[in-house]
Amino acid sequence: MKLDEVKIGGMGASRRRVEDNRFIRGKGNYVDDVVLPGMLHMEILRSPLAHARIKSIDTSAAWDMPGVRLVLTGEMLAARNLAWMPTLSYDTQAVLATDKVRFQGQEVCAVIADDPYIAKDACGKIVVEYEVLPPIVNPVQAAAADAVQIRDDKAGQVGNKVFDWEIGDKSRTDKAFEDADVVSKIELHYPRTHPSPMETCGSIADYDRATGKLTVYMTSQAPHIVRAAVAMVAELPEQNIRIITPDIGGGFGNKVPIYPGYVIAILGSILTEKPVKWIEDKTGNLTSTGFGRDVYLKGEMAMRKDGKILGVRMNTISDHGAFFADAQPSKFKIGLMHSAFAAYDIPTAHMFATGYYTNKAPGGVAYRCSFRVTEAMFFQERMVQAAADDLGMDQAEFRRINFVKDEQHPHRTAFGFLTDSGQYEKCLDIGLEAIGYKNFAAEKAEAAKRGRLLGIGISTMTEPLGAGNSREYDILGIKMFDSAELRIHMSGKALLRTGSRGQGTGHETTWAQIVAHELGIPADDILVEEGDTDTAPFGMGTYASRSTPVAGAAIAMVARKVRAKARKLAAHLLEVSEEDIEWELGRFYVRGNQERGVTIQDCAMAAYSNMPDGMEPGLENVAYYDPPNLTWPFACYIAKIEIDPETGVWDVLQFVAVDDCGVRINPMIVEGQIMGGLTEAYAMANMQYQTYDEEGNIIGGNYMDFLLPTAWETPGFELYEVVTPCPHHPIGAKGVGECATVGGPAAFVNAVMDALKDKGVRNIDMPLMPNRVYEALTTGKDVYGMPPVRSGN
Amino acid sequence: MSSLYEEIQAAPSSDIPVRRVTVNVNGEDRTADVEPRLLLAHLLRQAFKLTGTHTGCDTTNCGACTILFDGRPIKSCTMLAVQADGHKVQTVEGLASASELHPLQEGFKQEHALQCGFCTPGMMMAAKALLEENLNPTEDEVRWALSGNLCRCTGYQNIVKAVLWAAEKMRAELN
Repeated sequence: MKLDEVKIGGMGASRRRVEDNRFIRGKGNYVDDVVLPGMLHMEILRSPLAHARIKSIDTSAAWDMPGVRLVLTGEMLAARNLAWMPTLSYDTQAVLATDKVRFQGQEVCAVIADDPYIAKDACGKIVVEYEVLPPIVNPVQAAAADAVQIRDDKAGQVGNKVFDWEIGDKSRTDKAFEDADVVSKIELHYPRTHPSPMETCGSIADYDRATGKLTVYMTSQAPHIVRAAVAMVAELPEQNIRIITPDIGGGFGNKVPIYPGYVIAILGSILTEKPVKWIEDKTGNLTSTGFGRDVYLKGEMAMRKDGKILGVRMNTISDHGAFFADAQPSKFKIGLMHSAFAAYDIPTAHMFATGYYTNKAPGGVAYRCSFRVTEAMFFQERMVQAAADDLGMDQAEFRRINFVKDEQHPHRTAFGFLTDSGQYEKCLDIGLEAIGYKNFAAEKAEAAKRGRLLGIGISTMTEPLGAGNSREYDILGIKMFDSAELRIHMSGKALLRTGSRGQGTGHETTWAQIVAHELGIPADDILVEEGDTDTAPFGMGTYASRSTPVAGAAIAMVARKVRAKARKLAAHLLEVSEEDIEWELGRFYVRGNQERGVTIQDCAMAAYSNMPDGMEPGLENVAYYDPPNLTWPFACYIAKIEIDPETGVWDVLQFVAVDDCGVRINPMIVEGQIMGGLTEAYAMANMQYQTYDEEGNIIGGNYMDFLLPTAWETPGFELYEVVTPCPHHPIGAKGVGECATVGGPAAFVNAVMDALKDKGVRNIDMPLMPNRVYEALTTGKDVYGMPPVRSGN
Repeated sequence: MSSLYEEIQAAPSSDIPVRRVTVNVNGEDRTADVEPRLLLAHLLRQAFKLTGTHTGCDTTNCGACTILFDGRPIKSCTMLAVQADGHKVQTVEGLASASELHPLQEGFKQEHALQCGFCTPGMMMAAKALLEENLNPTEDEVRWALSGNLCRCTGYQNIVKAVLWAAEKMRAELN
C-alpha cells in the first residue's frame, strides 16, 4: 500500500508544530529559565555618555557590599589580554572600556554577586570620572575635517572612515548614462532600527576547573561560531568548550554576534569558579547590541524614453557605530547591498560604498535579512517608482518591461550574482489582480470626494539566500556550509541533528518533514535536536534565511545517504541483487513484483540484527552541504493606503503578498513567516526606529519610545502563492524567513508617496509617522533623515 | 515552603528587611520570605519555579509577564511580590489540567499562533481574561484586549484567530 505523504507529515503537510507542546504549557526552556547550583549573577555598568575619556574608576564601595563576589573593570581584563575582542568584520571591540567610552550604553564595569538585585545595586556604587569629548552622531559629522577621532586605539586609523568599497563596472555605467534619454535620481535614508527580539541576550558561563570544561548556555543563533571564537579569544582547547543554546525567544539577527557580556561572564566564571548568569535588560539590548540599517542611499537610473533601464549608479554611506561589528561574509564590506536590481534586466551598474565610525552602538547585523539586502531592495523599489514617475509611466508596466523574464534564468545580474529561477511577471499579475489595480483610479477619485488621499504602492524583491557557496562566503575565514546527522534506531524511529539553530522558525517540525519525504518515516517518529555543540555536527547557524537553503539541503542529502545503505539491507532481506530493488516512499520492492518488499523500518531493524556478512552495522550518516549557488526567492507586495490630510495619519486599506519561495515544506509555517515579516515591515515603515540627539543620547532605548506595533494597529495581510522550484536545491526550496521584512517596507512607503504624488513631494524617509507625512503635505517638500539631528543640517 | 534566599543561596544582610508573603498560585497557597522590593514576576520565576511567566522589557510594555491577579490581567514585572500577599494569581502553568489542554492552548497550536513562544504565555493569559468576561468577542475586541502584549514573530493575525477559535470551542462546550 502506498504511503500518503501528507498523512505521515512529509513535504507539503501543514503539520502542527512539535515545539508548541512545551511553549503553550509555559515549559519552554529559555536561557533565563536555566538555573545551575551555586549560580552567581552578573550585571553590567554602562556608559551614560556617548564619547568620553575615562579618568578614573572607583569600585571600592561596590566591593564592600555584602553578597558581591567580583567587580571587573577594563583594566583587570587588559591584564588578561581580554579588554578587546575581535568582531565578525575583522575589527576590534572593547569588552570593558579601558581608555574611552565610545557610545552611550557601552560596557564599563561588571559586578558579579549572589543575586541580581545586589549586582544591580553594586553597579550604582561604582564611581566613574569622565572627561567629556565631542560626540559624533552621523556620517556627515564623522567625515568633517576637524572631527575628533573616535578610534584612536587603532594603529594606522585615519579619521573616522571604516572603509571605501566599490563593485560593478564604472566606465561602462558612465557610458550608459551618457547614452540615456532620461536620468532619474533619488536620495534616501534607511533609518537605524533594532531587531529587538522579545527575549534579550543572555548567557550562563560554567567553568569547571576540575575537568577544564567550559559550558556556556547562551542565546546564540550560531553556537558553533561562538565555540570557535571562544577557543580563539579565551585560548581554551576547543574540545573543552560546549555551547548550549536552549530555546531562543526570537533572534532576527540580533543573536548572531558575540557580545561583551558573554565574554565577561566566561571570565567571571573562571575567576569565581561558579556558574555566572548574565541576563541583559531591555535597555541594554536596545542600546548596545546589534542594530540594523542606518544607511544613506543615493542613486541614479539611466533610461531610454520607452522605459528600458540602461544602467544604475548607487552610492551608500553607512553608519557603523563605534566598532565595525557587522555580521556578514568577509568579502563584502556592505553586505549584499549589490543584490539590488537582481530582478531587473539591467546591462550595467556601479556602486560605491563608504562606512564611518560614529559614537553610536555597534552592529549593522542582518536584521531579518540576508546581509543588507533589506536596504538594497528598499532602495531598488523606491528608485524604480521614482523613475516610473519621472517617465510618466505606469509603475507596474515599468517593472514588467524591465523584469528578468522566466526563460532568462539563470541570469547574471549587473553586479555579478547569478539568479536561479523565477516567475516575476506572474507574481506581479496575481498581486495586481488581487488588489484591484485596474479600478484603482476610480477608487482614488471617489476617496478624493471624501477628502482622503489614496495611494497604491508596489514592491518586488528577490533575495540571495543561503550563504554560501564556500567559494565566496565565509565568516572570519570559516567557509559557509551546513550539516545534518541522521541516526535511524532499530525500531525505525530516528534522531536528526543539524548545525543550524531554530529560533521560533519551526525546525523541530519541518526538518522531520524533509526526512519523512526522503525516507517515508512518519515525521512524528523523528526527534530533531539542535543547539548543543557537543552533539550537533558543525554548522554556521541560522540567519540570512540560510537554514532551509543550506541545512535543509544537508538533511535531504543525509537522508539519501541513509537510504542508499538501507537499499543494500533491503537487497539482503529480499535476497535479490541491489540493482533489482526499486524505491517508493517508505519501502523497497523487487522490480516487477511490487508486492514483494520491505519497509524502511524493516531495513532499520536489519541494520542492527540481520546485516549481511561484511557490512558495517548501524544505519546512520552525516552530510555536509556546500550549496552550488545562492537560492533566489521572489515576492511582490502591494499596499493600498488612505491618508487623512488633516492629520497625516495613514491607514492600510488592503495589503497583498505574493510569495514564491520555491517548494514549501510546511505551508502553515511559511505563511506564519510571511505574516510575521510583513508586521516588521509595517513597523519599520511606520514607527520603529532609533535615533540619537546631538549629545549622543539614544532615542529608542526602551519600549516607551522604541515603538512596536500591537495587534490593534497591525493591518491584515492577504497571502498568495507561486511555486518555482529551486533548480539546484535537493528539494527545490528557496527560504522565506525574511522576504517580507526585506520587500515589505517599500510597498508601504511607495503607497504613501503615490498618494502624495500631486503634492510636489518625492520622498519621506521612514518612519512615516503622521507628523512627517503632515509636514510633507503642508510644506510640499521632502522629509529627509532622522530627527532630532538630521544628517547634513 | 519555599524561600527565595534558599533558592538563590545567599542570606540577606541584616539591614535588608524581609517579609513573609503567601500567594495563592494556580489554586495552591505558596509562601516565601522576600525583600519588599522583589518583583512579583521574580517571585513566580525564582522562588516558585514557574518560569512560564517571562520578563521581556521591565517597563510594562511588552506583556510577556502577564498573569491573572484576582482574575484581572496584570503585568507582573511591575508589581511587587508583597502586593500579592493574600491574593490569587493564575499563570500559564495553571491553564491545562492534568489530562486536558485549555481551549486557548489548543487554539494557539491549531492556528499557528506562536513561533518563538516567548510572548505566548502572556498572550494566552490576556486572552483568558477577555474570554472570561466575553465569550463571544469580535475580532476588534480581541485585538484591543491583546494590545498590551507585543509579539515579534507572528504578526498577530494568527493569534487573533487562535483566540476566536478558543472562544468558539468554549461556547460549544457550554451548550
